[in-house]
Amino acid sequence: MEINFTHKQSAHCENGVVSNLMRFNGFEVSEPMVFGIGSGLLFSYLPFLKVNHAPVVTYRAMPGTIFNRFAKRTGVKIKREKFSTAQKAKARLDENLEKNNPVGLQVGVYNLLYFPEEYRFHFNAHNMVVYGKKEGRYLISDPVMEEVTSLSEKELEKVRFAKGAFAPKGHMYYPIEFPDKLELKKAIVKGIKHTCKDMTAPVPIVGVKAIRKIAKLIRKWPAKKGVKTANHYLGQIVRMQEEIGTGGGGFRYIYGAFLQEASKILENDQLSTMSKEITQIGDLWRDFAVDASRIYKNRSATEDGYNKVADQLATIADKEEAFFKKLKKVV
Amino acid sequence: MYSKLSNSRNIEMKKNEVPQDKSNLESANIKEMYYAVDENGEYTTELSTGWDPKTIALDNAIKDIEERTEIAKQKVLNNTTSPIEYYMELHKMDVGILASYVGMWAWRVKRHFKPSVFKKLNKKILQKYADIFEITVEQLKDIHK
Repeated sequence: MEINFTHKQSAHCENGVVSNLMRFNGFEVSEPMVFGIGSGLLFSYLPFLKVNHAPVVTYRAMPGTIFNRFAKRTGVKIKREKFSTAQKAKARLDENLEKNNPVGLQVGVYNLLYFPEEYRFHFNAHNMVVYGKKEGRYLISDPVMEEVTSLSEKELEKVRFAKGAFAPKGHMYYPIEFPDKLELKKAIVKGIKHTCKDMTAPVPIVGVKAIRKIAKLIRKWPAKKGVKTANHYLGQIVRMQEEIGTGGGGFRYIYGAFLQEASKILENDQLSTMSKEITQIGDLWRDFAVDASRIYKNRSATEDGYNKVADQLATIADKEEAFFKKLKKVV
Repeated sequence: MYSKLSNSRNIEMKKNEVPQDKSNLESANIKEMYYAVDENGEYTTELSTGWDPKTIALDNAIKDIEERTEIAKQKVLNNTTSPIEYYMELHKMDVGILASYVGMWAWRVKRHFKPSVFKKLNKKILQKYADIFEITVEQLKDIHK
């Protein structure tokens, strides 16, 4: 069976799944709107976690939180299920498809064969929609892909039961209750306030403080860890920032698009100015990536190079701090 | 109001500045979506074939894994580690991820890296590893098979 589902590509998987599922249920919400209301923007350094043998930084909220916050703030109710066995997970998925209900799935990327080899890491927080089953293959709407695709039963089971950090355990989710009318105004203000609070939090590993922390670490890495490791770490930061799904500049451009849309809905011109400012900050993140890549491209670098990119991050931290303090007052 | 960095573009990511560098995305027929502003300052989206600073980082990450795999291979040949470590690196895993797949504590998996311990592993445990790496037990025992 095939559910009449419209696939629309998005930058980020979680926003895209939410936006596409909302559209299926009769509500047109853009990807930036989902991201902004769900307070997706963040910067965080996770010192206790290593991925690919390098420290982890993230430019976005924890997996699942964007949809949860979006739903709470707009009055949508989501059902989430995890499963102890693959059989149960498959049965519940099939049941939903029979009922003409497309569902979101959390999956691991490593065994997603339609991704290029170098993108297939053990990353378990990817999201997709299953919207039908034909000739034994599940019909897949992966939001980061231009077109829909399909996976065999075995292939889908593998990605649903990937192991490691954030193991999905068959995690399936879909909205079950909707408001009569989507009230965006209050939701937007809540979303913005939350992001401002997170980004200026007095915690060393969250928000602008975390950016400063990483800047400090970068200065130390070459002497402490050696150039090879320092470059590996630096490369991972850039990858997290510019990974498929970020929309460029560590989600700062998507946030700019959100603020622009929000300025129209709230009839608040100041938000439009703020949109321009975050776009410029996004450009600074891109500049940082360019200069960082010059360092790790040759695997040989002077200490000066590391200090320079660290300076760039310190500047970004200052600008983002001023930005989010101002943004808080604008709404 | 923003200090210009040495290699800054004109302010704001413009639609026509979205990078279209060569990358391996093309081989998989994937284009990634960027958000950028058009000539009127309105946000829109644009697809990108790739961006060099990221592609270089990705290539380096792959090279790093290849190096780790090669080192593990040499260690297996020198009999200083078991093939489990080699296959773990080949599958881009670390001890934590592998332990999660086999459902054992990480220290136990690490112990299985010892050639003397590996030799004594029973068929059931070997099969578990082999299944995860999608190989036969014979291949698990001998990385040349």
